[in-house]
Amino acid sequence: MSTGTERTDTVTQGPELDLPASPDLLPKAKGTLPKGTAWGVFVASALVVGGILAATGFSIGLWVVLTVVLFAVATYVLSRVVEGARKATDRLVTVVVSAAFGVAMIPLVSVLWTVVSNGIARFDAQFFTYSMRGVVGEGGGAYHAILGTLIITGLAAAMSIPIGMLTAVYLVEYGKGRLAKAITFFVDVMTGIPSIVAGLFAYALFALIVGPGVRMGFAGAVALTVLMIPIVVRSTEEMLKIVPNELREASYALGVPKWKTILKIVIPTTAGGIATGITLAIARVIGETAPLLIAVGITTGVNLNPFDDRMATLPVFAYYSYVAPGIPREPFLDRAWTAALVLMVIVMLLNIIARIISRAFAPKTR
Amino acid sequence: MSKNIEAKDLNIYYGSFRAVEGVNMSIKKKTVTALIGPSGCGKSTFLRSINRMHEVIAGAYVEGKLELDGQDLYGAGMDPVIVRRQIGMVFQRPNPFPTMSIYDNVIAGMKLNNKRASRKEFDETVERSLRGANLWNEVKDRLDKPGSGLSGGQQQRLCIARAIAVQPDVLLMDEPCSALDPISTLAIEDLINELKNDYTIVIVTHNMQQAARVSDYTGFFNIEGTGKPGKLVEMDETKTIFSQPTQKATEDYVSGRFG
Ligand SMILES: Nc1ncnc2c1ncn2[C@@H]1O[C@H](COP(=O)(O)OP(=O)(O)OP(=O)(O)O)[C@@H](O)[C@H]1O
Ligand SMILES: [Mg+2]
Repeated sequence: MSTGTERTDTVTQGPELDLPASPDLLPKAKGTLPKGTAWGVFVASALVVGGILAATGFSIGLWVVLTVVLFAVATYVLSRVVEGARKATDRLVTVVVSAAFGVAMIPLVSVLWTVVSNGIARFDAQFFTYSMRGVVGEGGGAYHAILGTLIITGLAAAMSIPIGMLTAVYLVEYGKGRLAKAITFFVDVMTGIPSIVAGLFAYALFALIVGPGVRMGFAGAVALTVLMIPIVVRSTEEMLKIVPNELREASYALGVPKWKTILKIVIPTTAGGIATGITLAIARVIGETAPLLIAVGITTGVNLNPFDDRMATLPVFAYYSYVAPGIPREPFLDRAWTAALVLMVIVMLLNIIARIISRAFAPKTR
Repeated sequence: MSKNIEAKDLNIYYGSFRAVEGVNMSIKKKTVTALIGPSGCGKSTFLRSINRMHEVIAGAYVEGKLELDGQDLYGAGMDPVIVRRQIGMVFQRPNPFPTMSIYDNVIAGMKLNNKRASRKEFDETVERSLRGANLWNEVKDRLDKPGSGLSGGQQQRLCIARAIAVQPDVLLMDEPCSALDPISTLAIEDLINELKNDYTIVIVTHNMQQAARVSDYTGFFNIEGTGKPGKLVEMDETKTIFSQPTQKATEDYVSGRFG
């Protein structure tokens, strides 16, 4: 493949640096594979593997895996022969990275597909406007559970955002010495708390205050707060840390007090990042099931008072519809899937909001 | 406006490390004083101690006396925040507030310090400060655009405008031109020449020509070795320092025979 004309062409594509340099000329690259070779090799590998498998017994998983392996090997060998070692390694790594990406996408796409295809059946107006009061078979909805989830998560956010943000401000701007180290340590520990432990904690706390057997939305909110605070602290802390010290000094040098510098300069500079972190923290706890199962329970009717009695929430609603369906089963299973779908939509909306916020707050240059 | 500065036996520390020792210096109002000396000899440290920015660093403190028109800046009951409002500072790297427009950057000091003013007063301050910083003509049509969208030299002049908008008595500049091209540097040197009609200016620079061009007085700092404290070797009128300094070290340094 390496004819004289091709050689002069490829000089512009960058020198092959690992070749010994001649004193007056940049070293020339070896040949290049023509564009589209990769696709050709890929199709060829697919066909070859397909052919072999057709003879021995076909399985789609095996076919995909073997095709990728053969493709990687073939590309490497071909490129090594024609283009040299560096390009060949480059191509091999590209294939490996793309394959890893593909593998990572499999569970994602599959979850998405399963939830959407199963949940779409009951993704209707009735689902969003009816509760389960008096519903035994078909029909009904998760109106009560959606509101319950929004109320409990909202309360949890209202408690954990100020606490978490102020903790982060303390750690980054004020904290030094023992106390700050201790807080950092406990925040780390809290990050790893299993959600069931948070639920038990909230239940035990409210059982002490109100009496055993207590169930209320607020207890669930407290459990979610325990889970959410460390996430808010961590993400806010990271964001505050990347604000350059020069900006703080510029503000101090103007005679601005420290607290005002934090409030008016440091936090606004990184508001987008903080908002994104908070939104993701909300998205993280909104689907928590175990603590709500313990501390809040479930009910069939609408209860909007988080300080009195059981409330329905989407994850618990989905859980009970699935483990304790009525007869016939199908409407319950359908509702469970739709509840899962609604949760996913809410999380998606939160992510979109986070993006919009971070774009709106991002420091602009024009 | 514009005040004298007097340092008396000033020792400056970072924790247990004494970075600057025994500085006695008097800076006259409405003059430009240049601080020169090899890297690490404590010029920035001394400069930052003048407006009490030094103590922002954990463990850093100052011994001795520093007076602004006879008032002890480190005296008991003296609030560093108040000191900084009277002594402005321009940093080595331009640092406009990235979330603010050019306009808001200039009035940041007033706004953040709760100075109540009408829109008209703000407008006047912005124009006066930007004109003072030689930036008005370049930005007057885009005052609402972000300050970080300007060129490096323009950003530095914006920072100067921001510093003079609060009408301090003294303006400290730590290598204000080191990140700038020759033309922006010249613009800022011209600016310093104009500003000294109203302000006392102290400027740290590594550029001998610049010190010679802009300053009335020059102080030479030196350090005997790493880990040793920096000292003020000699201070005098700029032309004396550059033509017939009394100390051998100063002569070596200004003539480039250093090391
Ligand atoms: N934040 C700090 N913590 C501890 N020591 C510091 C700190 N900043 C500076 N020093 C030390 O103080 C001494 C003086 O530093 P300074 O920055 O004042 O030097 P300089 O004269 O401004 O140097 P340059 O010309 O390189 O800017 C140096 O030995 C330096 O290592
Ligand atoms: Mg310095």
